[in-house]
Amino acid sequence: MVIAVATNQTQYLSLENLIAILGRSIALGITAIGQTFVILVASIDLSVASLISATSVLASVIMDGAPAMIVPAVLACLLLGAFVGVLNGLIVSALKVNPLIATLGMSLIIQGCLSAFVSNFAGSVPEAFQIFAYGQIGGVPVALVFLVLLALLAWGILRFTKFGSDIYAAGGNDEAARFAGIKTGRIVVLTHVICSVCAAIAGLYLASRLRSGAPWIGADGVYDLESIAVVVIGGTVLAGGRGGIWGTMAGMLIFSLIDSAFNIAGVDSFAKQVLRGIIIVAAVAFYAIRSKRIVA
Amino acid sequence: MTEPVIEMEGISKSFPGVRALSDVSFDVRPGEVQALVGENGAGKSTLIKILSGVYHADAGTVRMHGKAVHFTHPVDSLKSGIAVIYQEFSLLPERTVAQNLFLGREPRGRFGLIDTARMRRETRDVLALFAAAGRIDPDQTVGSLDVATQQVVEIAKAVSTGARVIVMDEPTAALNEAECEELFETVDTLRERGVAIIYISHRMREITRLADRVTVLKDGEIAARFDDLPPPDAIVRAMVGRDIADFYAPPATEAEIGAPVLTVRGAGNDRLDGIDLDVRAGEIVGLAGIQGAGRVALAMALFGHAPFTHGEVTLDGAPVAFKTPREAIRGGIGLLPGDRKSEGLVLMQSVRDNGMLTSRAFAPLWGRAKRNRHTDETAMDGLLDAMEIRAASYDQEIRGLSGGNQQKAIVARWLSMRPRLLIFIEPTRGIDVNAKAGIYHLMRDLARDGAGILMISSDLPEVIGAADRILVMQNGKIAAEFPHGATEPQIMHAATGETEVAA
Repeated sequence: MVIAVATNQTQYLSLENLIAILGRSIALGITAIGQTFVILVASIDLSVASLISATSVLASVIMDGAPAMIVPAVLACLLLGAFVGVLNGLIVSALKVNPLIATLGMSLIIQGCLSAFVSNFAGSVPEAFQIFAYGQIGGVPVALVFLVLLALLAWGILRFTKFGSDIYAAGGNDEAARFAGIKTGRIVVLTHVICSVCAAIAGLYLASRLRSGAPWIGADGVYDLESIAVVVIGGTVLAGGRGGIWGTMAGMLIFSLIDSAFNIAGVDSFAKQVLRGIIIVAAVAFYAIRSKRIVA
Repeated sequence: MTEPVIEMEGISKSFPGVRALSDVSFDVRPGEVQALVGENGAGKSTLIKILSGVYHADAGTVRMHGKAVHFTHPVDSLKSGIAVIYQEFSLLPERTVAQNLFLGREPRGRFGLIDTARMRRETRDVLALFAAAGRIDPDQTVGSLDVATQQVVEIAKAVSTGARVIVMDEPTAALNEAECEELFETVDTLRERGVAIIYISHRMREITRLADRVTVLKDGEIAARFDDLPPPDAIVRAMVGRDIADFYAPPATEAEIGAPVLTVRGAGNDRLDGIDLDVRAGEIVGLAGIQGAGRVALAMALFGHAPFTHGEVTLDGAPVAFKTPREAIRGGIGLLPGDRKSEGLVLMQSVRDNGMLTSRAFAPLWGRAKRNRHTDETAMDGLLDAMEIRAASYDQEIRGLSGGNQQKAIVARWLSMRPRLLIFIEPTRGIDVNAKAGIYHLMRDLARDGAGILMISSDLPEVIGAADRILVMQNGKIAAEFPHGATEPQIMHAATGETEVAA
């Protein structure tokens, strides 16, 4: 905004432009909320991008333009998400595979299966479902309302429920949590289910927004690495046990503000990438230095 | 006499190749402190793990209030009222005191949500039992508390679960003198409330201060059982199977003490002020003081980790000003850190690799890793042999060794560098009695070979027994100096600053 005004390029402040930016942020935001849960238990999920692609295709193929198929399609996507989440969670907690490797493998498996069936836009989304991406409630996009509600729900779970408390415990000190009678394996599986279901919702949202599903939209949006980046910028520690949803939301806002600022200024996207990189590193360095001060 | 809460009878337990416990019987009554002593490997932890359900006994029974119990998981024993406080706390540093106290059993309010107000209130109620209550806010994160206060939280957690039996596994290992005294008062409070306490420790002073009864384990068997508090010598004799007379090495004779290796004049930095210090060849200088008095800061300044900002330091007569540990090592200083596991060892590497750590660091980057002047593995094996390190093989991962043997490997690491000055920080922390004696004699041998030794220890009897000269630090300054033979009260007075008033 400041740049737009300063450089007199207000023509870039179009509604379309803003919606485009917001659209990207919402899918990222939904994914990052899920990612926050797994990172809080000291796990991580690299399979979200592939899962987003898969669910977007699945939704659009099942719906195939028919409004009657919306509910089955949504259910199928959520089920696929839950299934992938359970698998990820079990591989990490029961088979003790490093989560980075477990979910990287899962990502390749999903992407491979998907590529075997489709290579470009497949199926179509009926107009009734496009309300998710394009509808408005009193001038506010439905998707934005949904994101805020989802964040509130996530915050409530982490802050007020025993499950939330168990997440922080399992992530902070697995052994201590187990000695306190917490079944930490189950907590890890559940957080992975939450993460994958969030990714499935993000896939549904993108299908709605693009009016169809495509096998590359997840990878194209780099939702795996960017969701992790946003969580980390928000102050959630990769080692687990510390952080929260509002930090993640702030991280998402920072990323989308950079996007819009650069889009408006019309600067090439290389500089944008560089700035994002700097922000990620600077944020983590800041947290590290600050926490060291507290200790000393 | 009250009925025992816990009776363990005829407990035996074998691990592949090792008989950890054989026919051990043990009981503890409400409102008493039963001290469980023995060297590392004597079977104390195995016994406690059987009690808490981590292990299952091969033979024998555990009865609680007269009824046989079979715990299959630590959670079972916790629910029955047995709480174990381990040396490494099971607290979550990022969570608040209240959240930690109620971990895994948070009170629920409306809609099954956590009742935070009740949690906070009950936390305050439990903390009120302890002297440290005033220092603790239920909403504070545990990580912001010091070690001693964290331990209070850990004990409060046990009390709040309604524990009738509390096991404390070397609770003073990380505490300074004043904090120890506070812990003792906490133990007294618990005893008055009728809690049965099993107190595991190596330190005789704590046992004589606290214990009502003493059980000594040796090699998995009961070596002695005292229904009244026995003299410390009797306990030690039962524990090690020999007399304590040669526990500490004899002090240096006049002839053994040579020229100053290290001199420090008027040195200081942001933690230290006006440090004057001499360490002579052949001499062991003990540094006493309370936690935060600047003893470790002094070691780190000498070692170049947090250097002096002013003042003069000479090593073997030549002025030096080390700005990094690497310079200090090259100059001839070695340092054995206080926290072996996190600062001293590469746990997943072999005993030999750990011994070679420093010398390899000083080998040329492109030299052959296996054999050159700095990295001669045969010479290292010789040193490890000389240390009498007990290991299946020097290729074994060092984390499998006992604390004493790990410490010896670190000593071997420094010996390969032929240091002029060796700084030991808490050299015997978490090491059993026999191994302690080994470390004291080793330090004396190093001194006889002409090195100067600076020993920092929070264990006063150790400073008194092992050092030729004792310096007491307080507030970043050296407050007093005592010759060999000073008493504990003298040192404590100097450490807490009361001598200044007297003088």
